[in-house]
Amino acid sequence: MASEAFEEIAETFEFLDDWEDRYRHVIELGREMAPLDEAVKVPATKVEGCASQVWLLPRIEGTGPQAIFDFDGESDAMIVQGLIAILHALYSGLSVTEVLEVDAAAELGRLGLNEHLSAQRSNGLRAMVERIRKLAGEAASA
Amino acid sequence: MYDIQKIRADFPILSREVNGKPLVYLDNGASAQKPRVVIDAMTRMYEEDYSNVHRGLHTLSNIATEKYEGVRGIVARFLGVKDAEEIVFTTGSTEGINLVSYAWAAPRLQAGDEIVLSVLEHHANIVPWHFLRERQGVKLVWVEPEADGSLPAEKVLEAVTDRTRLIAITHMSNVLGTKVDVKAIAHAAREKGIATLVDGSQGAVHGPVDLDDIGADFYAITGHKLYGPSGSGAIHIRRERMEEMRPFLGGGDMIDTVTRDSVTYNKPPMKFEAGTPGIVQQVGMGVALDYLMQVGMENIAAHERDLRDYAQQKLSGLNWLNLQGSAPDKGAIFSLTLNGPAHPHDISTILDKRGVAVRAGSHCAMPLMDWLGVSATARASFGMYNTREEVDALVSALELCHELLG
Repeated sequence: MASEAFEEIAETFEFLDDWEDRYRHVIELGREMAPLDEAVKVPATKVEGCASQVWLLPRIEGTGPQAIFDFDGESDAMIVQGLIAILHALYSGLSVTEVLEVDAAAELGRLGLNEHLSAQRSNGLRAMVERIRKLAGEAASA
Repeated sequence: MYDIQKIRADFPILSREVNGKPLVYLDNGASAQKPRVVIDAMTRMYEEDYSNVHRGLHTLSNIATEKYEGVRGIVARFLGVKDAEEIVFTTGSTEGINLVSYAWAAPRLQAGDEIVLSVLEHHANIVPWHFLRERQGVKLVWVEPEADGSLPAEKVLEAVTDRTRLIAITHMSNVLGTKVDVKAIAHAAREKGIATLVDGSQGAVHGPVDLDDIGADFYAITGHKLYGPSGSGAIHIRRERMEEMRPFLGGGDMIDTVTRDSVTYNKPPMKFEAGTPGIVQQVGMGVALDYLMQVGMENIAAHERDLRDYAQQKLSGLNWLNLQGSAPDKGAIFSLTLNGPAHPHDISTILDKRGVAVRAGSHCAMPLMDWLGVSATARASFGMYNTREEVDALVSALELCHELLG
């Protein structure tokens, strides 16, 4: 259960067998993300538990279980920004119900990223996934 | 002749690989690796000589006590202190400085009294003084370094007023490597009746220390940065300051007698050592200090000067790199950032893939980060076993960072 955009990234990753190229690609994906408006970088959008600073701003259309999930995000670290871009590909455009069904660890494992992420970064990734699931869960039961 | 290969062979962990690359350990400022003699001595103590100290009359207790108490003399010798009874065991500099804050400063300082400290300080030499500010209105007077990160003794002494009771200052910045002339500060402070506390967490690691000459009232060291075990440490406290101190933590070892209505305390230094101490850790620290003295602190300092000069030359050739701090005769500690959007965490992650371990973050020195105008840096901090080849590995990995992140 993953979006088309994520499948595209997964395909690209299959061709990248050394870590430098994978990192290069992650960083490129991050560079393509639009930066957040400074005004929305507030405590409510900040994701704690990341070694660097991360903000996630949900954009949910509709209400209830079929509401469509999307978000904007930003980090002050480039590799983390790339991870946000990957999460964006993984989740955006899904219904909030589908968001909750995604097995994030398995999907990210397909990219072979887990082994390349330090414990603190993994924690950051986990914290981001948890925030996304929380936002989707709240929207689904709204 | 400094036989670097022989020294490296003394540290088992240095032969391991990280992410398929030989480990290049440049996070010594955070904690240093341990030589085989320390690891073996600790294992041997647990296997053959372990017992609680000071209490028992049985054979093992006597052996353990002799080994443990023997470390006081080793620390005294390492620090150039004549009286081993002036050495108080701690779990590290943080506990040592907190001891001084609670046991010496808190009962003596009044609202409006001042503590002079520098912007170079580690949080361990800031927060215990903030406690006094919060609880009893003590004023913290901050001294900023010069633009190059140096901190002249005169500048520290200029901040002294007739309300100054203590100068709390680092011997060497853990972020910039700046060395501070703590002898000039301690001597001038003494003439004015002001006490000096020196945070020797880094200073004692990278060169010889002669406290008899320096003359500070308090000098804190931490064992795990001195190639000893984590949880070991000591603070030198001059006899007359010890007499002024009330106990800090209460419990076993620090008491003489306890009744329902009263308690009398043991003599210093044990008056300040409550509870069963880190017996094996302190014994391990003693072995580490013996090892350092055997290699020679002058020799280690000379080796690290060579590394510093070589690294300085290599790193200053990279025009996309910002080096923080260039004080004359600084230690081999390099805090750096890349031009552009790269975060120190990015740098650290990429270096790690190349087996190069550095620290990224604020290095427990947020006031200094503020002063530098950065939120964080990546820090490469060298130790006695690092080599020029490892400087090259760092530079090569930084070039990859520049390529990926620039």
